[in-house]
Amino acid sequence: MIRLFKVKEKQREIAENSNGMPPTKKQSPGELRLNKDISELNLPKTCSIKFPNGKDDLMNFEVTVKPDEGYYLGGKFTFTFQIATIYPHEAPKVKCRERVYHPNIDLDGNVCLNILREDWKPVLNINTVIYGLYHLFTEPNHEDPLNSEAAAVLRDNPQQFGTNVKRAMGGGHIGQTAFSRCM
Amino acid sequence: MAQSTNSSSSSRSRDLDKLLLRPGHLVASTFEPGTQLRDDLEEYVKILVVGAGGLGCELLKDLALSGFRNLEVIDMDTIEVSNLNRQFLFRLQDVGKPKAEVAAKRVMERVSGVNIVPHFCRIEDKELDFYSEFSIIVLGLDSIEARSYINAVACGFLEYDSEDNPREETMKPMVDGGTEGFKGHARVILPGMTPCFECTIWLFPPQVKFPLCTLAETPRTAAHCIEYAHLIKWDEVHSGKSFDPDNPEHMQWVYLEASKRAELFGIQGVTYSLTQGVVKNIIPAIASTNAIISAACALETLKLASGCSKTLSNYLTYNGVEGLHTKVTEFVKDKECLVCGPGILIELDTSVTLKSFIDQLEDHPKLLIAGASVTHGRNNLYMQAPPTLEELTRSNLSLPLFDLMDKSSEGIVHVTGLAGKGDKKQSCLRKLRVAFKGVGGITDTDMAGGA
Repeated sequence: MIRLFKVKEKQREIAENSNGMPPTKKQSPGELRLNKDISELNLPKTCSIKFPNGKDDLMNFEVTVKPDEGYYLGGKFTFTFQIATIYPHEAPKVKCRERVYHPNIDLDGNVCLNILREDWKPVLNINTVIYGLYHLFTEPNHEDPLNSEAAAVLRDNPQQFGTNVKRAMGGGHIGQTAFSRCM
Repeated sequence: MAQSTNSSSSSRSRDLDKLLLRPGHLVASTFEPGTQLRDDLEEYVKILVVGAGGLGCELLKDLALSGFRNLEVIDMDTIEVSNLNRQFLFRLQDVGKPKAEVAAKRVMERVSGVNIVPHFCRIEDKELDFYSEFSIIVLGLDSIEARSYINAVACGFLEYDSEDNPREETMKPMVDGGTEGFKGHARVILPGMTPCFECTIWLFPPQVKFPLCTLAETPRTAAHCIEYAHLIKWDEVHSGKSFDPDNPEHMQWVYLEASKRAELFGIQGVTYSLTQGVVKNIIPAIASTNAIISAACALETLKLASGCSKTLSNYLTYNGVEGLHTKVTEFVKDKECLVCGPGILIELDTSVTLKSFIDQLEDHPKLLIAGASVTHGRNNLYMQAPPTLEELTRSNLSLPLFDLMDKSSEGIVHVTGLAGKGDKKQSCLRKLRVAFKGVGGITDTDMAGGA
């Protein structure tokens, strides 16, 4: 049982001895866990990571994926990651910065990757997510489309899909939609 | 006149006196019954109520009626019409006003002698010193984030002695209540003695999230339509402008978009209140659940402050779905908890560089951590990976750790790396308590022990 009045005295003592030094702000448990994820990253050669806010803000970062095979060979795609303070209870928020022609990424950069939403579990980590993103480019999936037009082309005419991807990556139009150059 | 004031005040504490003035068998070891105790509770005990919503209103009322005189309440929200069914301190004309201010005023009007200081701000806006003032912190919150924040602040005051026993005088007790529809919990957290919020974070069920492609292509429920409008359509239309769940215009827009989509797919059931519910993850609150949970919390607070009975050990769950079921579970502390645990004590000379500190961790019998990355406060001192961060932090390796830790005699660092020997290496994250020899008060106790 606590001795409340002893607590009271101690607090007065602390207040008197503090010399006006504010207690240091700590990292939240979520930030600590993220630090662990980051310090253990083991990225494939095709992926790299950048911290625009410097070495002490790891909660916002960018991951660049350069696929080394498949339809998107030669492309370069950047994803922004936002991590919540209650990570890993909540999945990272990931968006693609470029407008890309992809069945599982919509024109606003939303990504349909199961482990970012319905299948996220706290045992997963940043490395898993980055591998998942890489996988999206080597094996785009027409069955769970976010861009249903691109998905239909991939399903019905893979060759045409390849041509469209090349044109989009070069900064061209598919139908009425302009895509970002990401070569 | 004086006579009548006197008799009304004694009649008000009549029930409380039965608990505070008489000895008992089930009391705490520190319990000293008597009028002095009652007076001390009124005069010295200062309680912070975090949240002035459904639980917060109940808590303020219950605590004021339990004899506490010095209360403060913090809440960042303003009153909405939909609060009025259960947040009974608020009236229609209060809509739009800060919850903390109105709640404080109403309770003070009704319970004479009680002083409640309201704080209309975010919990993160207050300095840590603000929280250290209180004897007990009582939580009436609805989010994991806010609980986790207050828990970290309260556990941050905790100090351990050289035997890894918590120093009682640095313990900041918390009483946490929570409700969700017919269900609720009340728990007592004595940092260092009972599990803290972070020790049992796994108690929270995973959040339900729909796959984006379902929302985009094959919506089947009203909730799918709402999430489509909220997560996909909003960004499509408002490029760069982020959605604010507390802005009624934003909510109205999402509701209308969701309705259109529901019509397109022939789905029934999209309403404004469901839209709010899905977007803000709201589960209908039930006034009685709040009252029951709050009563349990207020009672535990009184027991903690007075010692008039043993406190809940340590987690009560209440379920009113079918009849009524309550159960008390004694959860156990995570000894290695990063927030409330003692951390492993390491004593160092002030000359030890970060590099040699990292090397020492590999041989430390309690750690055996190879390839450690080190964080102090908000600073990442050294990161083994990725290469960009390694490069940015490499220059710290040759500096004395004492300098990197702001030349304090003692401090907390966190390390991550591979722990264990041979094939059994496992990635880990540990809290370390670093004490520097020959600085501050550390030497005296060491010398005494060594002599």
